[in-house]
Amino acid sequence: MQKFTTFSAVAAPLRRSNVDTDQIIPAVYLKRITKTGFEDALFASWRNDPEFVLNQPAYKKAEVLIAGPDFGTGSSREHAVWALRDYGFKAVLSAKFADIFRGNAGKQGLVAGQITEEATEALWAAIEANPGVQITIDLEAKTASIGGLVVPFEIDEYTRWRLIEGLDDIGLTLRDEQSITDFEAKRESWRPKTLPARP
Amino acid sequence: MPTYLTAQLNLTFSLKTKVAKLTKPLTLAEKVWNDHLVVKGEDGAPDLLYIDLHLVHEVTSPQAFDGLRLAGRKVRRPDLTIATEDHNTPTLDIDKPIADVTSRTQIEALRKNAQEFGIRIHSLGDIEQGIVHVVGPQLGLTMPGITVVCGDSHTSTHGAFGALAMGIGTSEVEHVLATQTLPLTPFKTMAINVDGKLRPGVSAKDIILAVIAKIGTGGGQGYVLEYRGSAIEDLSIEARMTICNMSIEAGARAGMVAPDEKTFEYLKGRPHAPEGADWLAAVEYWRTLPTDVGAKFDAEVFLDANTLDPFVTWGTNPGQGVSLNERVPDPETIGDPNERAAAERALEYMDLRAGTKMKDIKVDTVFLGSCTNSRIEDLRAAAEIIRGQTKADGLRMLVVPGSARVRLQAEAEGLDQVFKDFGAEWRFAGCSMCLGMNPDQLAPGERAASTSNRNFEGRQGKGARTHLVSPLVAAATAIRGTLSAVADLIAEHEAN
Repeated sequence: MQKFTTFSAVAAPLRRSNVDTDQIIPAVYLKRITKTGFEDALFASWRNDPEFVLNQPAYKKAEVLIAGPDFGTGSSREHAVWALRDYGFKAVLSAKFADIFRGNAGKQGLVAGQITEEATEALWAAIEANPGVQITIDLEAKTASIGGLVVPFEIDEYTRWRLIEGLDDIGLTLRDEQSITDFEAKRESWRPKTLPARP
Repeated sequence: MPTYLTAQLNLTFSLKTKVAKLTKPLTLAEKVWNDHLVVKGEDGAPDLLYIDLHLVHEVTSPQAFDGLRLAGRKVRRPDLTIATEDHNTPTLDIDKPIADVTSRTQIEALRKNAQEFGIRIHSLGDIEQGIVHVVGPQLGLTMPGITVVCGDSHTSTHGAFGALAMGIGTSEVEHVLATQTLPLTPFKTMAINVDGKLRPGVSAKDIILAVIAKIGTGGGQGYVLEYRGSAIEDLSIEARMTICNMSIEAGARAGMVAPDEKTFEYLKGRPHAPEGADWLAAVEYWRTLPTDVGAKFDAEVFLDANTLDPFVTWGTNPGQGVSLNERVPDPETIGDPNERAAAERALEYMDLRAGTKMKDIKVDTVFLGSCTNSRIEDLRAAAEIIRGQTKADGLRMLVVPGSARVRLQAEAEGLDQVFKDFGAEWRFAGCSMCLGMNPDQLAPGERAASTSNRNFEGRQGKGARTHLVSPLVAAATAIRGTLSAVADLIAEHEAN
């Protein structure tokens, strides 16, 4: 996972609320067995519409998405995060994220920053007044800024630390492997076991 | 006292059932959480929880196994892991090779991964194959007081047993495969109190659709829901599964029901249920799990079962639902601008006009199936309604049992014949039309009454329109051709 603390990129305004994971990536794309190459799947049905925000030249190279509330609701598919990441997005800002989506984002190095609805409106207005404008995401200060407009975003401390350090989850957990082994030694015998299979 | 010591004490106390409760009263979810704590997170780090049961299917696992291979890691506990094929599997001609290349690729990847990593798998054609959330409980692997995860948001289903069951993403699947643990941030708890007695024709599905309409698709975010109250206690275990299944549709990470005698009864004798001394020890522990008197929930919601009508969705998210006796709502009357815009978009997509009676909506297809409503009780309930009746002209009805065993059980009871005589298609087990990853899809513009869990745009096929309903409403709708309650059939019968 790549380390970063701050970056600047084009921001795209997605003026929709309740963007569910079926919209972010339709189920038909879930059949692939690789971990990358999902850029064409992102918002696949909306991208058929020439008016859709990412089809506008100013936003083609966007790396930050500013979306309405309840982003990433629906299924647990991590492909939603992969599709955003493969398209080039490094951060999504919204007034509210679905829990599973937010968890998945943190693990893949995608910033899911929570902002207020007022901040959403202010960022949308700033972007639309100047399409293609750069936004700066500062993980250290937890701010997103466009010119003089600076809005704070929320991200949980642990995820922020991991993003800044670029740390992988499994490696972190395996530092506690002895505790896992100790826990297993005490696990009650009535608890489920799938093997050996019983008829 | 440092917090990790308190946690340690909680752990000790809840394991020793005879010890008087010296700690603060706890909810069911908190007890299960505490009893799985491997490492207490400090300084904002999440807790590390042990996972008792990991369910795997073909869609969200290939990249996780890929990750293990890349890092040279093994599956830590193949004996706590089980895989089935469900999302992509065809429900016709299951003895033939899967025609769709990508579906076949995913299934072949799962088979190869299961073999390479030593994981038990139930493939298409196997008697234990089926939807992962039907198979776990059926085998007796799902039990009270355990932690269950699966790379599928409807894992919340298993909460019906008093398990803490959560949907996870593929990175987390890889994490659990490698470590049998998961770093998790503690949840808040929400009590969903449902008291009273359901009227005939009203069922568990109506309860959960009404709950979601009440709290919204984001209302449960950050919470583990606990469904409680007399109406929940009255429900069968399978009905409780229907309710817990859709917790995710309210945005919650998990939903639970306290285990009781019905739970133990349902489990006893299943292939992987504890036996002998283990059974006695387990039951003794399970009886300690229900939420303590005086325990505080972070939020509470109340729903009156006595006055509940059959519920149905009109829009494109599961929170956009109304009583079947009502009309399609007018977006103008919705105060919140985001909700209003969402309603306007939904009505356009659904091709519905505000003010139309829900019961005047004509459907093309009825789908009875999915991890929400494909168990034997669901099939029995629907079969009971359609027995000896005639299907509406031109309507298509698809019946997809949740597992190969459910299918066999239904056939042993003659339910397949009831469905066939009615004119419905009797299929093999799988997720099927719930999400249309296999050939079972709606055509653009087609409208379905579906016992599944999601009515998102394009979910059941590109341009397809979904109304979420209970098995009873599905059956009544299949007879009348328009969204209908069982009561409408009775009224019609009496009028004639």
